[in-house]
Amino acid sequence: MANPLLEIQGLKTFFFTRKGIVKAVDGVDLSLNEGETLGLVGESGCGKTVTALSVMRLVPEPIGRIVEGSINFEGRDIVKMTESEMRKIRGNRISMVFQEPMTSLNPVFKAGFQIAEAIQLHQEVPAKEAWKRSIEMLRLVGIPSPESRVNEYPHQMSGGMRQRVMIAMALSCRPKLMIADEPTTALDVTIQAQILDLINRLKERVGSSILLITHNLGVVAEVAQYVGVMYAGHIMEYSDVNRLFKNPKHPYTIGLFQSIPRKRGPAHRERLQVIPGLVPDLLGLPIGCKFQDRCSQVFQKCKNEPPPFVEIEPGHQVRCWLYE
Amino acid sequence: MEKVEALSELKKNKTAMVGLILICFLLILALIGPWISPYNPLVPDPINRLKGPSWSHLFGTDSLGRDILSRVIYGSRISIIIGLIAVSISLVPGAILGLLSGFYGRRVDEPIMRLMDIMLAFPAILLAIFITAILGPSLLNTMIAVGIVYIPHYARIVRSSVLSLKEQLFVQAVRSLGGSNLRIIALHIFPNTIPPIIIYATLGMGTAVLQAAALGFLGLGAQPPTPEWGAMLSEGRQYIQNAPHVAAFPGVAIFMLVLGFNLFGDGLRDILDPSLR
Amino acid sequence: MNEPLVVIEGLKKYYPIRRGFFTKEPLLVKAVDGVNLTIRRGETLGLVGESGCGKSTLGRLILRLEEPDEGTVYFEGRNILEIGADQLRRLRREIQIIFQDPYSSLNPRKNVDSIIGEPLAIHDIAKGEEREERVIQLMEVVGLRPEQRHLYPHQFSGGQRQRIGIARALALQPKLVIADEPVSSLDVSIQAQIVNLLQDLQSEFGLTYLFISHDLNLIEYVSDWVAVMYLGKIVEWAKQDVIYEKPIHPYSEALFSAVPSTDPLMKRKRILLEGDVPSPINPPSGCHFHTRCPLRIDLCEREEPPLTPRPNGSLVACHVR
Repeated sequence: MANPLLEIQGLKTFFFTRKGIVKAVDGVDLSLNEGETLGLVGESGCGKTVTALSVMRLVPEPIGRIVEGSINFEGRDIVKMTESEMRKIRGNRISMVFQEPMTSLNPVFKAGFQIAEAIQLHQEVPAKEAWKRSIEMLRLVGIPSPESRVNEYPHQMSGGMRQRVMIAMALSCRPKLMIADEPTTALDVTIQAQILDLINRLKERVGSSILLITHNLGVVAEVAQYVGVMYAGHIMEYSDVNRLFKNPKHPYTIGLFQSIPRKRGPAHRERLQVIPGLVPDLLGLPIGCKFQDRCSQVFQKCKNEPPPFVEIEPGHQVRCWLYE
Repeated sequence: MEKVEALSELKKNKTAMVGLILICFLLILALIGPWISPYNPLVPDPINRLKGPSWSHLFGTDSLGRDILSRVIYGSRISIIIGLIAVSISLVPGAILGLLSGFYGRRVDEPIMRLMDIMLAFPAILLAIFITAILGPSLLNTMIAVGIVYIPHYARIVRSSVLSLKEQLFVQAVRSLGGSNLRIIALHIFPNTIPPIIIYATLGMGTAVLQAAALGFLGLGAQPPTPEWGAMLSEGRQYIQNAPHVAAFPGVAIFMLVLGFNLFGDGLRDILDPSLR
Repeated sequence: MNEPLVVIEGLKKYYPIRRGFFTKEPLLVKAVDGVNLTIRRGETLGLVGESGCGKSTLGRLILRLEEPDEGTVYFEGRNILEIGADQLRRLRREIQIIFQDPYSSLNPRKNVDSIIGEPLAIHDIAKGEEREERVIQLMEVVGLRPEQRHLYPHQFSGGQRQRIGIARALALQPKLVIADEPVSSLDVSIQAQIVNLLQDLQSEFGLTYLFISHDLNLIEYVSDWVAVMYLGKIVEWAKQDVIYEKPIHPYSEALFSAVPSTDPLMKRKRILLEGDVPSPINPPSGCHFHTRCPLRIDLCEREEPPLTPRPNGSLVACHVR
């Protein structure tokens, strides 16, 4: 088996705020092979976006910093690279699609210009050629009449179309890894379906791997092959998608599945099984397992020691004392 | 923002603290002035006219032999009162106009804002001179004039604040509960416009003092022998060459007061603006 | 079947867009374009649709937070569009709303006690100690700790703020509660808590809900009846189990098939619609959906289909099905 495309080991990214240290990512291990899609799932504050930003080395400094760990991409450690080395990688070998297509495109430049810019930053091509390639990219992402669309400004486009433009920009240099941070959250359901379908098809065409970040379990089921469930800066469970959905082990994962409203059972108005309590305050995390305050199966050991991330069966890892 | 939070934020903001210290210093001066001032500021002493700073007259004497230090101290009272009254005269009608304009929109908004635009089209000082000329030169009229001139400024900030607050869901919530417009304006919208008003009013104190000083300088404000700083500056103009201290000290006093308010106002803005936290 | 609490007929709301001095006719945003609907007492009507379909506007029209341009709204048999200001105020006690955004729906300068107690003050229902009692009761009902009633909204989490909003809505003991995307901005695990709360409150107080959401799974879970909106019109209106089993209108069908399933092994047969959601400014002629409909025929472009009853009891607006 070839080396993984992306391998994260022991990543810790902290934010040094006036009120204290926020351990946004507190020891994350991940790997992604070529051509695979990994979904990182979790609720707000779990650290999934910060993980993605760490890979892109876009963590806002000096308030935030990668304090420990390695991120190996194509054999080199991203954490150790210089800023100019990173610039060669961003948009080129690793690219990112953001959540808000409204604000992540520059309103004063045409769509074609923005894609062409992405191309010209990394490849020695004359402007005309870059423009032609923009049109090709727009066609690739399924925008009808790309020759005229390429001259449009973001405000002339709908949310779904803008997101396609963002994807076009992200894929313009045929990156090895595309990071998609909540790419469909701001879109309507029917448009979301189109975009997810597009992402799946393009993955084949372009040969990219995808790191998909979302809080929506349905989206993950549609797109990902492997899933990591994050909570308070840790990965609590990791497995391939079928096994995770059929047989989740970690109480948080189980709780999340039960929280999703589904068809009502024969008992009219069955209550949803909820995870009690609130999403954790990263400034006041307990010692021991970070999920202890909300876990229905908590026992003494959970409060004393943080559980390690162990493989309970090949390809399935859990961070929980129930499975030692 | 809670009061406790605000106070601790205040302590951390150096700009605001420096401003506050300056203001407090001048306030205290204004309050205890009559007790610490070495001489009577109004009594002339022609023998000792235009004497430079010395141990007996720390700031020197003016053209009539009056002690400048004492005059500056009494003047602080006057300037602070000018600031307070002028700002009040601007703020109250300005805020009311802004509230009505912003809340009721179109039919009410158009005429009020056009009137404000007209007022804003004139340079402040010209307008103030004009008003004072009509009312007659005196300290009180100066304050009124400066007050009137700045009404549009307050109307505008309150109005823009109201426009964005009007769209907030909590306003719709009160309406859906059956609350009347009056209730919404008075209890819900107005309290939320207070932070920008406070900031503007603080900065406005400095401006008011400056404008009043300018009017005093032009002879339209305080009439002699009132020790108003602007009037003192005016008087000192003729003696710039040989007795610069006559103008210098009141000038520095004006500078310190305005600086104090500006720094405090700037610092307040940083503290009260939640997006900067 | 319960008796109707709210009956809506032919409701329309158009917003003109000013285009400057020199254009003759303003463009109209046809937010609600002729809606007929009935909400029955004690039940939950789920209103679904995508952005721009008009569902939120419809909710606000029922409350008369906005005035409709045409049509009637009957509440307990009375036409509430014709009542005077005083009666409207009293009506407000019967119909309440829970807003989507827990951050802007609470006045940041008021504490919880004041927020929840405000409706009681507006309608002169209780004062002083009695009022405080009521506020404490309400807080307990929604799962908040009464000791926290002197705190301010920014000191609470999103889910807790939503509970405050719910307590406020319940203070007047309404009959109808319009829940406008009440959990959309909350985390999944918190959503479940609030949904349970809303269900409990419904049983305990006999509330009727108009539940507005774009989350189809949630609507499936909470609703007794479901109405699907598209560009200001209701395209299908049916019992929850009927519509989720087999939606009739092509838009409903596409909409439900678009929801990502949480079963990775279930390859959902997805109907992908062409193009984007059109804007409600000058919507397409005839059937508003015809431009994206895989089943369209010529008639669809010329004539608007009315909502007609079908054998399974649903009402559908379609020429083809």
